[in-house]
Amino acid sequence: MTALLDPTSERSPTIRPRLGRPNTLDGLTIGLVDISKPRGDVFLDRLDERLRERGIATRRYMKPTMTRPAPLPLRQQIGTEVQAVIQGLAD
Amino acid sequence: MDMPNQGLVAVVKRDCPTCVLTAPVLAQIPGVTVYSQDDPGFPENVASRIYDGELDTSHRLRIEIVPTLIRFENGQEVERTYGWDRAEWQRLTGQADIGAGLPAMRPGCGAKNLEPGIIERLKIRHGETGITARRISLGTGEDEMEAMYDRGWSDGLPLVPPTEERVLRMLGATARDPQEVIGLVPSDLVPATVEKIAINAVMAGCKPEYLPVVLAAVEAVLDEPFAMHGVLATTMYVGPVIVVNGPVRRQIGMNARGNALGQGNRANATIGRAVQLVIRNIGGGRPQEVDRATLGNPGKYTYCFAEDEEGSCWEPLSVERGIAPGKSAVTAFAGYGLQGVVDQKSRTPESLSRSFAECMKAIYNTKLAPACDAILVMCPEHERTYRDAGWSKQRVYEELYRLTEMNGDDILAGAHGIAEGGPPSYAGRRIGKFRKGGLMIVRAGGGAGMFSGIIGGWSASGERGSAPVTKEIRE
Repeated sequence: MTALLDPTSERSPTIRPRLGRPNTLDGLTIGLVDISKPRGDVFLDRLDERLRERGIATRRYMKPTMTRPAPLPLRQQIGTEVQAVIQGLAD
Repeated sequence: MDMPNQGLVAVVKRDCPTCVLTAPVLAQIPGVTVYSQDDPGFPENVASRIYDGELDTSHRLRIEIVPTLIRFENGQEVERTYGWDRAEWQRLTGQADIGAGLPAMRPGCGAKNLEPGIIERLKIRHGETGITARRISLGTGEDEMEAMYDRGWSDGLPLVPPTEERVLRMLGATARDPQEVIGLVPSDLVPATVEKIAINAVMAGCKPEYLPVVLAAVEAVLDEPFAMHGVLATTMYVGPVIVVNGPVRRQIGMNARGNALGQGNRANATIGRAVQLVIRNIGGGRPQEVDRATLGNPGKYTYCFAEDEEGSCWEPLSVERGIAPGKSAVTAFAGYGLQGVVDQKSRTPESLSRSFAECMKAIYNTKLAPACDAILVMCPEHERTYRDAGWSKQRVYEELYRLTEMNGDDILAGAHGIAEGGPPSYAGRRIGKFRKGGLMIVRAGGGAGMFSGIIGGWSASGERGSAPVTKEIRE
Protein backbone atom coordinates (compact mmCIF):
# COMPACT_ATOMS: atom_id res chain seq x y z
CA MET A 1 0.00 0.00 0.00
CA THR A 2 1.41 3.37 -1.01
CA ALA A 3 1.03 6.40 1.22
CA LEU A 4 1.47 9.83 -0.28
CA LEU A 5 1.94 13.11 1.55
CA ASP A 6 -0.79 15.65 0.89
CA PRO A 7 0.65 18.54 -1.17
CA THR A 8 -2.35 20.78 -0.50
CA SER A 9 -3.19 23.12 2.34
CA GLU A 10 -5.43 20.34 3.70
CA ARG A 11 -8.22 22.86 3.95
CA SER A 12 -10.56 21.16 1.54
CA PRO A 13 -11.82 17.61 1.86
CA THR A 14 -10.37 15.12 -0.58
CA ILE A 15 -13.92 13.84 -1.18
CA ARG A 16 -16.28 16.08 -3.09
CA PRO A 17 -19.47 16.99 -1.23
CA ARG A 18 -22.59 15.11 -2.25
CA LEU A 19 -25.40 16.79 -4.07
CA GLY A 20 -28.26 17.83 -1.84
CA ARG A 21 -31.01 15.26 -1.33
CA PRO A 22 -34.23 15.94 -3.23
CA ASN A 23 -37.16 17.11 -1.10
CA THR A 24 -39.58 14.89 -2.99
CA LEU A 25 -39.36 11.94 -5.36
CA ASP A 26 -42.38 13.10 -7.34
CA GLY A 27 -41.50 13.58 -10.97
CA LEU A 28 -38.03 12.07 -10.62
CA THR A 29 -36.65 8.91 -12.14
CA ILE A 30 -34.94 6.79 -9.53
CA GLY A 31 -32.01 4.51 -10.31
CA LEU A 32 -31.91 1.25 -8.39
CA VAL A 33 -28.33 -0.01 -8.40
CA ASP A 34 -27.54 -3.59 -7.57
CA ILE A 35 -23.88 -3.75 -6.58
CA SER A 36 -23.82 -7.54 -7.13
CA LYS A 37 -24.05 -8.47 -3.49
CA PRO A 38 -26.24 -11.45 -2.59
CA ARG A 39 -29.92 -10.62 -1.95
CA GLY A 40 -29.48 -7.06 -3.04
CA ASP A 41 -32.07 -7.88 -5.73
CA VAL A 42 -34.65 -8.87 -3.08
CA PHE A 43 -34.33 -5.46 -1.44
CA LEU A 44 -34.34 -3.57 -4.72
CA ASP A 45 -37.27 -5.57 -6.17
CA ARG A 46 -39.39 -4.60 -3.21
CA LEU A 47 -38.34 -0.96 -3.41
CA ASP A 48 -39.10 -1.02 -7.12
CA GLU A 49 -42.65 -2.26 -6.41
CA ARG A 50 -43.25 0.36 -3.73
CA LEU A 51 -41.95 3.21 -5.87
CA ARG A 52 -44.02 2.18 -8.88
CA GLU A 53 -47.12 1.96 -6.67
CA ARG A 54 -46.53 5.65 -5.95
CA GLY A 55 -46.18 6.40 -9.65
CA ILE A 56 -42.44 7.03 -9.50
CA ALA A 57 -40.40 5.91 -12.50
CA THR A 58 -37.43 3.63 -11.87
CA ARG A 59 -34.52 2.20 -13.79
CA ARG A 60 -32.44 -0.80 -12.77
CA TYR A 61 -28.65 -1.04 -12.97
CA MET A 62 -26.09 -3.59 -11.90
CA LYS A 63 -22.38 -3.32 -11.20
CA PRO A 64 -20.33 -6.19 -12.63
CA THR A 65 -18.73 -6.80 -9.23
CA MET A 66 -19.07 -5.44 -5.73
CA THR A 67 -15.26 -5.29 -5.27
CA ARG A 68 -14.55 -2.45 -7.64
CA PRO A 69 -16.09 0.92 -8.37
CA ALA A 70 -18.72 0.96 -11.08
CA PRO A 71 -17.14 1.22 -14.56
CA LEU A 72 -17.05 4.72 -15.96
CA PRO A 73 -19.57 4.07 -18.79
CA LEU A 74 -22.07 2.77 -16.23
CA ARG A 75 -21.54 5.79 -13.96
CA GLN A 76 -22.00 8.08 -16.94
CA GLN A 77 -25.13 6.21 -18.02
CA ILE A 78 -26.65 6.44 -14.54
CA GLY A 79 -25.71 10.12 -14.29
CA THR A 80 -27.58 10.96 -17.48
CA GLU A 81 -30.69 8.78 -17.00
CA VAL A 82 -31.83 9.32 -13.40
CA GLN A 83 -31.99 12.09 -10.82
CA ALA A 84 -31.44 9.99 -7.69
CA VAL A 85 -29.95 6.62 -6.90
CA ILE A 86 -30.68 3.95 -4.31
CA GLN A 87 -28.13 1.20 -3.76
CA GLY A 88 -28.38 -1.95 -1.72
CA LEU A 89 -25.02 -2.03 0.02
CA ALA A 90 -25.04 -5.14 2.20
CA ASP A 91 -26.11 -8.78 2.17
CA MET B 1 14.87 -10.34 21.22
CA ASP B 2 14.99 -7.61 23.83
CA MET B 3 18.11 -5.66 24.56
CA PRO B 4 20.07 -7.11 27.48
CA ASN B 5 19.42 -5.22 30.68
CA GLN B 6 22.87 -5.72 31.96
CA GLY B 7 26.25 -6.21 30.31
CA LEU B 8 27.78 -5.62 26.91
CA VAL B 9 26.29 -5.08 23.47
CA ALA B 10 28.28 -4.75 20.26
CA VAL B 11 27.09 -3.68 16.81
CA VAL B 12 29.14 -4.78 13.80
CA LYS B 13 28.98 -5.49 10.09
CA ARG B 14 31.02 -7.93 8.03
CA ASP B 15 31.62 -5.28 5.37
CA CYS B 16 33.80 -3.36 7.87
CA PRO B 17 37.47 -4.45 8.05
CA THR B 18 37.77 -3.23 11.63
CA CYS B 19 34.75 -5.35 12.61
CA VAL B 20 36.40 -8.36 10.95
CA LEU B 21 39.58 -7.55 12.90
CA THR B 22 37.68 -7.49 16.20
CA ALA B 23 35.56 -10.59 15.51
CA PRO B 24 37.94 -12.98 17.39
CA VAL B 25 37.99 -10.54 20.31
CA LEU B 26 34.18 -10.49 20.50
CA ALA B 27 34.22 -14.30 20.61
CA GLN B 28 36.36 -14.06 23.78
CA ILE B 29 34.12 -11.62 25.67
CA PRO B 30 31.81 -13.56 27.95
CA GLY B 31 28.14 -12.57 27.84
CA VAL B 32 28.44 -10.06 25.02
CA THR B 33 25.42 -9.76 22.70
CA VAL B 34 26.49 -8.93 19.18
CA TYR B 35 24.16 -7.38 16.59
CA SER B 36 25.26 -7.92 13.00
CA GLN B 37 24.02 -5.38 10.47
CA ASP B 38 24.69 -7.28 7.26
CA ASP B 39 25.40 -10.99 7.83
CA PRO B 40 23.51 -13.35 10.14
CA GLY B 41 26.60 -15.59 10.33
CA PHE B 42 28.98 -12.87 11.47
CA PRO B 43 30.93 -12.78 13.71
CA GLU B 44 31.63 -16.49 14.02
CA ASN B 45 31.95 -18.17 17.40
CA VAL B 46 29.85 -15.61 19.27
CA ALA B 47 27.26 -17.29 21.46
CA SER B 48 24.71 -14.50 21.54
CA ARG B 49 24.51 -13.23 17.96
CA ILE B 50 21.49 -11.39 16.59
CA TYR B 51 20.96 -10.44 12.98
CA ASP B 52 19.80 -6.82 12.82
CA GLY B 53 18.92 -7.03 9.14
CA GLU B 54 16.14 -4.44 9.45
CA LEU B 55 18.56 -2.25 11.45
CA ASP B 56 15.89 -1.26 13.96
CA THR B 57 18.13 -2.05 16.94
CA SER B 58 21.05 -0.17 15.39
CA HIS B 59 18.74 2.78 14.84
CA ARG B 60 17.37 2.71 18.39
CA LEU B 61 20.93 2.58 19.72
CA ARG B 62 21.84 5.54 17.48
CA ILE B 63 24.82 3.64 16.08
CA GLU B 64 27.01 5.87 13.87
CA ILE B 65 30.22 3.84 13.63
CA VAL B 66 30.83 0.09 13.64
CA PRO B 67 32.07 -1.61 15.67
CA THR B 68 30.37 0.09 18.61
CA LEU B 69 30.66 -1.50 22.05
CA ILE B 70 28.13 -0.44 24.70
CA ARG B 71 27.84 -1.32 28.37
CA PHE B 72 24.43 -1.42 30.04
CA GLU B 73 23.63 -1.28 33.74
CA ASN B 74 20.06 -1.71 34.97
CA GLY B 75 18.71 -1.19 31.48
CA GLN B 76 20.57 2.07 31.00
CA GLU B 77 23.52 2.66 28.72
CA VAL B 78 26.46 3.78 30.83
CA GLU B 79 29.24 4.01 28.26
CA ARG B 80 30.21 3.19 24.67
CA THR B 81 33.27 3.14 22.45
CA TYR B 82 33.59 3.27 18.65
CA GLY B 83 36.01 1.52 16.34
CA TRP B 84 38.81 -0.57 17.81
CA ASP B 85 40.72 0.99 20.69
CA ARG B 86 42.38 -1.80 22.64
CA ALA B 87 42.76 0.09 25.91
CA GLU B 88 39.15 1.27 25.77
CA TRP B 89 37.82 -2.22 24.96
CA GLN B 90 39.90 -3.72 27.79
CA ARG B 91 38.62 -1.13 30.25
CA LEU B 92 35.00 -1.33 29.12
CA THR B 93 34.89 -5.14 29.16
CA GLY B 94 37.04 -5.52 32.28
CA GLN B 95 39.12 -8.06 30.31
CA ALA B 96 42.71 -6.91 30.67
CA ASP B 97 44.16 -9.30 28.10
CA ILE B 98 41.83 -9.12 25.10
CA GLY B 99 43.11 -8.12 21.68
CA ALA B 100 46.71 -8.41 22.72
CA GLY B 101 47.77 -9.46 19.23
CA LEU B 102 45.92 -6.65 17.45
CA PRO B 103 47.12 -3.14 16.67
CA ALA B 104 46.39 -0.62 19.42
CA MET B 105 43.87 1.29 17.40
CA ARG B 106 41.85 1.10 14.17
CA PRO B 107 39.08 3.50 13.12
CA GLY B 108 35.66 1.95 12.49
CA CYS B 109 33.39 2.25 9.46
CA GLY B 110 30.15 4.14 8.90
CA ALA B 111 27.17 2.23 10.28
CA LYS B 112 24.77 0.74 7.76
CA ASN B 113 21.74 2.29 9.44
CA LEU B 114 23.01 5.75 8.45
CA GLU B 115 23.40 5.01 4.75
CA PRO B 116 21.37 7.22 2.40
CA GLY B 117 18.11 5.52 1.52
CA ILE B 118 18.24 3.47 4.73
CA ILE B 119 18.21 6.22 7.35
CA GLU B 120 15.11 7.74 5.74
CA ARG B 121 13.23 4.45 5.90
CA LEU B 122 14.25 3.96 9.53
CA LYS B 123 13.10 7.45 10.50
CA ILE B 124 9.77 6.82 8.79
CA ARG B 125 9.33 3.44 10.50
CA HIS B 126 10.17 4.91 13.87
CA GLY B 127 7.95 7.95 13.38
CA GLU B 128 10.83 10.40 13.62
CA THR B 129 10.55 12.40 10.41
CA GLY B 130 8.84 15.43 11.93
CA ILE B 131 6.69 15.60 8.78
CA THR B 132 3.18 16.71 9.67
CA ALA B 133 1.40 16.56 6.29
CA ARG B 134 -1.61 14.31 6.05
CA ARG B 135 -0.82 10.79 4.81
CA ILE B 136 -3.09 9.66 2.04
CA SER B 137 -3.19 5.89 1.73
CA LEU B 138 -3.97 4.56 -1.70
CA GLY B 139 -5.91 1.38 -2.24
CA THR B 140 -4.04 -1.75 -3.25
CA GLY B 141 -5.39 -1.68 -6.77
CA GLU B 142 -5.15 2.09 -7.15
CA ASP B 143 -2.72 3.45 -9.75
CA GLU B 144 -0.71 6.08 -7.92
CA MET B 145 -0.18 8.24 -11.00
CA GLU B 146 -3.92 8.28 -11.73
CA ALA B 147 -4.68 8.83 -8.05
CA MET B 148 -2.68 12.06 -8.13
CA TYR B 149 -4.52 13.24 -11.24
CA ASP B 150 -7.84 12.33 -9.64
CA ARG B 151 -7.04 14.48 -6.63
CA GLY B 152 -6.34 17.46 -8.84
CA TRP B 153 -2.65 17.83 -7.93
CA SER B 154 -1.30 17.86 -11.47
CA ASP B 155 -0.65 20.69 -13.90
CA GLY B 156 -1.57 18.22 -16.63
CA LEU B 157 1.73 16.36 -16.77
CA PRO B 158 2.60 13.27 -14.72
CA LEU B 159 3.91 13.83 -11.20
CA VAL B 160 6.49 12.05 -9.06
CA PRO B 161 4.56 10.43 -6.16
CA PRO B 162 5.41 12.35 -2.97
CA THR B 163 6.18 9.46 -0.65
CA GLU B 164 7.45 10.25 2.82
CA GLU B 165 10.85 8.84 1.88
CA ARG B 166 11.24 11.15 -1.11
CA VAL B 167 10.03 14.17 0.83
CA LEU B 168 12.40 13.41 3.69
CA ARG B 169 15.30 13.20 1.25
CA MET B 170 14.18 16.51 -0.28
CA LEU B 171 14.03 18.17 3.14
CA GLY B 172 17.56 16.95 3.82
CA ALA B 173 18.80 19.52 1.29
CA THR B 174 17.93 22.51 3.44
CA ALA B 175 18.83 23.50 6.98
CA ARG B 176 15.47 25.24 7.31
CA ASP B 177 12.88 23.92 9.74
CA PRO B 178 10.22 21.95 7.81
CA GLN B 179 7.52 23.96 9.57
CA GLU B 180 9.04 27.37 8.74
CA VAL B 181 6.52 29.46 6.85
CA ILE B 182 7.93 30.96 3.64
CA GLY B 183 4.87 33.05 2.86
CA LEU B 184 1.12 33.07 2.30
CA VAL B 185 0.06 31.49 -0.97
CA PRO B 186 -2.84 32.92 -2.96
CA SER B 187 -5.58 32.44 -3.69
CA ASP B 188 -6.49 30.82 -0.38
CA LEU B 189 -3.74 32.77 1.42
CA VAL B 190 -2.55 29.78 3.36
CA PRO B 191 0.95 29.38 4.83
CA ALA B 192 3.51 27.70 2.60
CA THR B 193 5.76 25.71 4.92
CA VAL B 194 9.13 24.35 3.83
CA GLU B 195 7.58 20.88 4.16
CA LYS B 196 4.64 21.60 1.86
CA ILE B 197 6.94 23.21 -0.68
CA ALA B 198 9.23 20.16 -0.51
CA ILE B 199 6.24 17.88 -1.23
CA ASN B 200 5.41 19.90 -4.33
CA ALA B 201 9.08 19.99 -5.36
CA VAL B 202 9.15 16.18 -5.22
CA MET B 203 6.04 16.04 -7.41
CA ALA B 204 7.58 18.51 -9.88
CA GLY B 205 10.56 16.19 -10.31
CA CYS B 206 13.16 18.27 -8.44
CA LYS B 207 16.33 16.75 -7.05
CA PRO B 208 16.88 17.58 -3.37
CA GLU B 209 19.71 19.98 -4.21
CA TYR B 210 17.24 22.17 -6.12
CA LEU B 211 15.14 22.79 -3.00
CA PRO B 212 17.00 25.92 -1.80
CA VAL B 213 16.38 27.47 -5.23
CA VAL B 214 12.70 26.49 -5.13
CA LEU B 215 12.34 27.95 -1.63
CA ALA B 216 13.92 31.25 -2.70
CA ALA B 217 11.71 31.35 -5.80
CA VAL B 218 8.57 30.74 -3.74
CA GLU B 219 9.71 33.36 -1.25
CA ALA B 220 10.15 35.81 -4.14
CA VAL B 221 6.74 35.26 -5.71
CA LEU B 222 5.03 35.46 -2.31
CA ASP B 223 6.74 38.73 -1.46
CA GLU B 224 4.15 41.50 -1.42
CA PRO B 225 5.57 43.55 -4.35
CA PHE B 226 5.26 40.56 -6.68
CA ALA B 227 1.47 40.54 -6.16
CA MET B 228 1.12 36.84 -6.82
CA HIS B 229 -2.63 36.89 -6.32
CA GLY B 230 -3.07 39.32 -9.18
CA VAL B 231 -0.55 37.50 -11.37
CA LEU B 232 -2.60 34.36 -10.80
CA ALA B 233 -6.02 35.91 -11.24
CA THR B 234 -5.38 38.17 -14.24
CA THR B 235 -6.95 37.46 -17.60
CA MET B 236 -3.58 38.34 -19.15
CA TYR B 237 -0.86 35.89 -20.12
CA VAL B 238 1.61 36.10 -17.26
CA GLY B 239 3.01 33.65 -14.75
CA PRO B 240 6.18 33.60 -12.64
CA VAL B 241 9.41 33.62 -14.67
CA ILE B 242 12.42 32.67 -12.54
CA VAL B 243 15.97 33.82 -13.42
CA VAL B 244 18.75 32.16 -11.42
CA ASN B 245 22.14 33.74 -10.71
CA GLY B 246 25.28 32.78 -8.82
CA PRO B 247 27.28 29.62 -8.12
CA VAL B 248 24.18 27.47 -7.57
CA ARG B 249 23.51 27.49 -11.33
CA ARG B 250 26.57 25.35 -11.98
CA GLN B 251 26.30 23.34 -8.76
CA ILE B 252 22.91 21.99 -9.82
CA GLY B 253 23.68 21.91 -13.54
CA MET B 254 21.28 24.55 -14.84
CA ASN B 255 21.29 25.54 -18.48
CA ALA B 256 22.16 29.12 -19.38
CA ARG B 257 23.43 28.39 -22.87
CA GLY B 258 22.01 26.66 -25.95
CA ASN B 259 18.21 26.34 -25.67
CA ALA B 260 18.35 28.02 -22.24
CA LEU B 261 14.65 28.84 -22.39
CA GLY B 262 13.70 25.53 -23.91
CA GLN B 263 13.27 21.95 -22.82
CA GLY B 264 15.77 19.33 -21.77
CA ASN B 265 17.36 20.48 -18.51
CA ARG B 266 15.95 18.94 -15.35
CA ALA B 267 16.77 21.83 -13.00
CA ASN B 268 15.40 24.51 -15.34
CA ALA B 269 12.29 22.46 -15.98
CA THR B 270 11.41 21.31 -12.49
CA ILE B 271 12.22 24.42 -10.43
CA GLY B 272 9.80 26.51 -12.45
CA ARG B 273 7.23 23.73 -12.33
CA ALA B 274 7.55 23.41 -8.55
CA VAL B 275 6.68 27.10 -8.12
CA GLN B 276 3.53 26.63 -10.18
CA LEU B 277 2.54 23.49 -8.26
CA VAL B 278 2.91 25.39 -4.98
CA ILE B 279 0.44 27.98 -6.24
CA ARG B 280 -1.93 25.29 -7.48
CA ASN B 281 -1.84 22.88 -4.59
CA ILE B 282 -1.07 24.94 -1.50
CA GLY B 283 -2.78 28.11 -2.63
CA GLY B 284 -5.62 26.52 -4.56
CA GLY B 285 -4.99 28.68 -7.64
CA ARG B 286 -6.28 26.73 -10.63
CA PRO B 287 -7.08 27.63 -14.24
CA GLN B 288 -10.69 28.58 -14.90
CA GLU B 289 -11.14 29.04 -11.18
CA VAL B 290 -9.17 31.88 -9.62
CA ASP B 291 -6.72 31.75 -12.54
CA ARG B 292 -8.80 33.66 -15.07
CA ALA B 293 -6.23 33.77 -17.90
CA THR B 294 -7.74 34.17 -21.36
CA LEU B 295 -4.93 32.29 -23.09
CA GLY B 296 -2.20 31.84 -20.48
CA ASN B 297 1.12 30.83 -21.98
CA PRO B 298 3.20 27.64 -22.15
CA GLY B 299 5.57 29.10 -19.53
CA LYS B 300 2.87 28.54 -16.95
CA TYR B 301 3.96 24.90 -16.89
CA THR B 302 7.47 26.06 -16.04
CA TYR B 303 9.58 29.11 -16.82
CA CYS B 304 13.00 29.11 -15.23
CA PHE B 305 16.48 29.60 -16.63
CA ALA B 306 19.95 30.69 -15.57
CA GLU B 307 22.01 33.67 -16.65
CA ASP B 308 25.24 32.95 -18.52
CA GLU B 309 27.38 34.99 -16.14
CA GLU B 310 30.65 33.44 -17.22
CA GLY B 311 30.09 34.47 -20.83
CA SER B 312 28.85 37.97 -20.04
CA CYS B 313 30.87 41.16 -19.97
CA TRP B 314 28.26 42.72 -17.70
CA GLU B 315 27.37 42.30 -14.05
CA PRO B 316 24.79 39.58 -13.35
CA LEU B 317 21.14 40.53 -12.94
CA SER B 318 21.26 39.64 -9.24
CA VAL B 319 24.20 42.01 -8.60
CA GLU B 320 22.46 44.76 -10.52
CA ARG B 321 19.52 44.20 -8.16
CA GLY B 322 21.55 44.45 -4.95
CA ILE B 323 22.81 40.93 -4.22
CA ALA B 324 26.51 40.63 -3.36
CA PRO B 325 28.73 39.20 -6.13
CA GLY B 326 29.37 35.48 -5.69
CA LYS B 327 26.04 34.91 -3.92
CA SER B 328 23.28 32.82 -5.48
CA ALA B 329 19.89 34.42 -6.03
CA VAL B 330 16.63 34.17 -7.90
CA THR B 331 14.69 36.95 -9.56
CA ALA B 332 10.97 36.43 -10.05
CA PHE B 333 9.29 38.30 -12.89
CA ALA B 334 5.64 38.19 -13.93
CA GLY B 335 6.14 37.41 -17.59
CA TYR B 336 5.00 35.42 -20.59
CA GLY B 337 6.24 33.80 -23.74
CA LEU B 338 9.11 34.95 -25.87
CA GLN B 339 9.13 37.46 -28.68
CA GLY B 340 12.12 36.96 -30.94
CA VAL B 341 14.44 39.77 -31.98
CA VAL B 342 16.23 38.76 -35.16
CA ASP B 343 19.03 41.08 -36.22
CA GLN B 344 21.85 39.50 -38.21
CA LYS B 345 23.19 42.66 -39.82
CA SER B 346 23.76 45.23 -37.06
CA ARG B 347 27.44 45.55 -36.16
CA THR B 348 27.20 48.74 -34.12
CA PRO B 349 25.51 49.20 -30.75
CA GLU B 350 23.52 52.11 -32.14
CA SER B 351 21.95 50.02 -34.90
CA LEU B 352 21.35 47.01 -32.66
CA SER B 353 19.73 49.17 -29.96
CA ARG B 354 17.32 50.60 -32.54
CA SER B 355 16.43 47.05 -33.58
CA PHE B 356 15.73 46.04 -30.00
CA ALA B 357 13.70 49.20 -29.40
CA GLU B 358 11.50 48.76 -32.49
CA CYS B 359 10.73 45.17 -31.50
CA MET B 360 10.01 46.17 -27.91
CA LYS B 361 7.53 48.78 -29.04
CA ALA B 362 5.43 45.92 -30.43
CA ILE B 363 4.81 44.34 -27.00
CA TYR B 364 1.03 43.97 -26.58
CA ASN B 365 0.31 46.43 -29.38
CA THR B 366 2.32 49.16 -31.07
CA LYS B 367 -0.44 51.53 -29.99
CA LEU B 368 -0.04 50.80 -26.27
CA ALA B 369 2.36 52.65 -23.97
CA PRO B 370 3.37 52.32 -21.23
CA ALA B 371 2.88 48.61 -21.79
CA CYS B 372 4.58 46.52 -19.14
CA ASP B 373 7.95 45.55 -17.70
CA ALA B 374 10.12 43.28 -19.83
CA ILE B 375 13.22 41.12 -19.77
CA LEU B 376 15.53 41.38 -22.75
CA VAL B 377 17.32 38.03 -23.03
CA MET B 378 20.51 39.00 -24.83
CA CYS B 379 22.15 36.27 -26.88
CA PRO B 380 25.97 36.04 -26.94
CA GLU B 381 26.38 37.28 -30.51
CA HIS B 382 24.33 40.39 -29.80
CA GLU B 383 26.12 41.06 -26.53
CA ARG B 384 29.41 40.85 -28.41
CA THR B 385 28.46 43.94 -30.39
CA TYR B 386 28.11 45.95 -27.18
CA ARG B 387 31.21 44.39 -25.66
CA ASP B 388 33.37 45.23 -28.67
CA ALA B 389 32.15 48.83 -28.56
CA GLY B 390 32.78 49.07 -24.79
CA TRP B 391 29.17 49.77 -23.82
CA SER B 392 28.20 49.24 -20.19
CA LYS B 393 24.87 47.58 -19.32
CA GLN B 394 23.73 50.91 -17.88
CA ARG B 395 24.36 52.61 -21.20
CA VAL B 396 22.30 49.99 -23.01
CA TYR B 397 19.43 50.51 -20.56
CA GLU B 398 19.52 54.28 -21.05
CA GLU B 399 19.58 53.90 -24.80
CA LEU B 400 16.65 51.47 -24.79
CA TYR B 401 14.48 53.67 -22.55
CA ARG B 402 15.19 56.62 -24.86
CA LEU B 403 14.62 54.73 -28.09
CA THR B 404 11.35 53.17 -26.92
CA GLU B 405 9.74 56.52 -26.26
CA MET B 406 6.93 57.04 -28.75
CA ASN B 407 5.18 60.04 -30.26
CA GLY B 408 1.94 60.46 -28.36
CA ASP B 409 0.16 61.49 -31.56
CA ASP B 410 1.08 58.16 -33.19
CA ILE B 411 -0.44 56.08 -30.42
CA LEU B 412 -3.67 57.99 -29.82
CA ALA B 413 -6.80 55.86 -29.91
CA GLY B 414 -7.92 55.82 -33.52
CA ALA B 415 -4.59 56.98 -34.95
CA HIS B 416 -3.38 55.07 -38.04
CA GLY B 417 -6.84 53.55 -38.41
CA ILE B 418 -6.59 51.48 -35.22
CA ALA B 419 -9.16 52.09 -32.51
CA GLU B 420 -6.82 50.86 -29.78
CA GLY B 421 -4.51 53.48 -28.30
CA GLY B 422 -3.89 56.13 -25.67
CA PRO B 423 -6.09 58.97 -24.34
CA PRO B 424 -6.29 62.47 -25.87
CA SER B 425 -3.87 63.72 -23.21
CA TYR B 426 -1.09 61.90 -25.11
CA ALA B 427 -1.32 64.41 -27.96
CA GLY B 428 1.88 66.34 -28.51
CA ARG B 429 3.81 64.38 -25.87
CA ARG B 430 6.51 61.71 -25.80
CA ILE B 431 5.30 58.55 -24.06
CA GLY B 432 7.68 55.86 -22.76
CA LYS B 433 6.93 52.24 -23.64
CA PHE B 434 8.40 51.20 -20.27
CA ARG B 435 8.32 52.62 -16.77
CA LYS B 436 11.77 53.56 -15.45
CA GLY B 437 13.30 50.46 -13.87
CA GLY B 438 10.96 48.21 -15.80
CA LEU B 439 13.58 46.73 -18.12
CA MET B 440 15.96 43.93 -17.21
CA ILE B 441 18.74 42.56 -19.39
CA VAL B 442 19.85 38.95 -18.91
CA ARG B 443 22.52 37.24 -20.97
CA ALA B 444 21.71 33.67 -22.04
CA GLY B 445 21.74 31.41 -25.05
CA GLY B 446 23.96 29.41 -27.36
CA GLY B 447 27.03 30.76 -29.09
CA ALA B 448 25.65 30.75 -32.61
CA GLY B 449 22.71 32.84 -33.76
CA MET B 450 21.90 36.54 -33.61
CA PHE B 451 18.57 35.81 -32.01
CA SER B 452 17.72 37.54 -28.75
CA GLY B 453 14.33 37.47 -27.08
CA ILE B 454 11.91 39.66 -25.17
CA ILE B 455 9.88 38.29 -22.27
CA GLY B 456 6.91 40.59 -21.92
CA GLY B 457 5.34 41.34 -18.56
CA TRP B 458 2.00 42.25 -17.05
CA SER B 459 0.20 45.47 -17.89
CA ALA B 460 -0.04 46.08 -14.15
CA SER B 461 3.72 46.32 -13.75
CA GLY B 462 5.48 48.06 -10.90
CA GLU B 463 3.86 49.47 -7.80
CA ARG B 464 0.31 49.21 -9.10
CA GLY B 465 0.73 45.54 -9.84
CA SER B 466 3.70 43.23 -9.93
CA ALA B 467 7.32 44.32 -9.58
CA PRO B 468 10.27 41.95 -10.04
CA VAL B 469 11.56 40.52 -6.75
CA THR B 470 15.09 39.22 -6.13
CA LYS B 471 15.91 36.91 -3.20
CA GLU B 472 19.20 35.45 -2.09
CA ILE B 473 19.25 31.66 -1.96
CA ARG B 474 19.82 30.27 1.53
CA GLU B 475 20.95 26.73 2.20
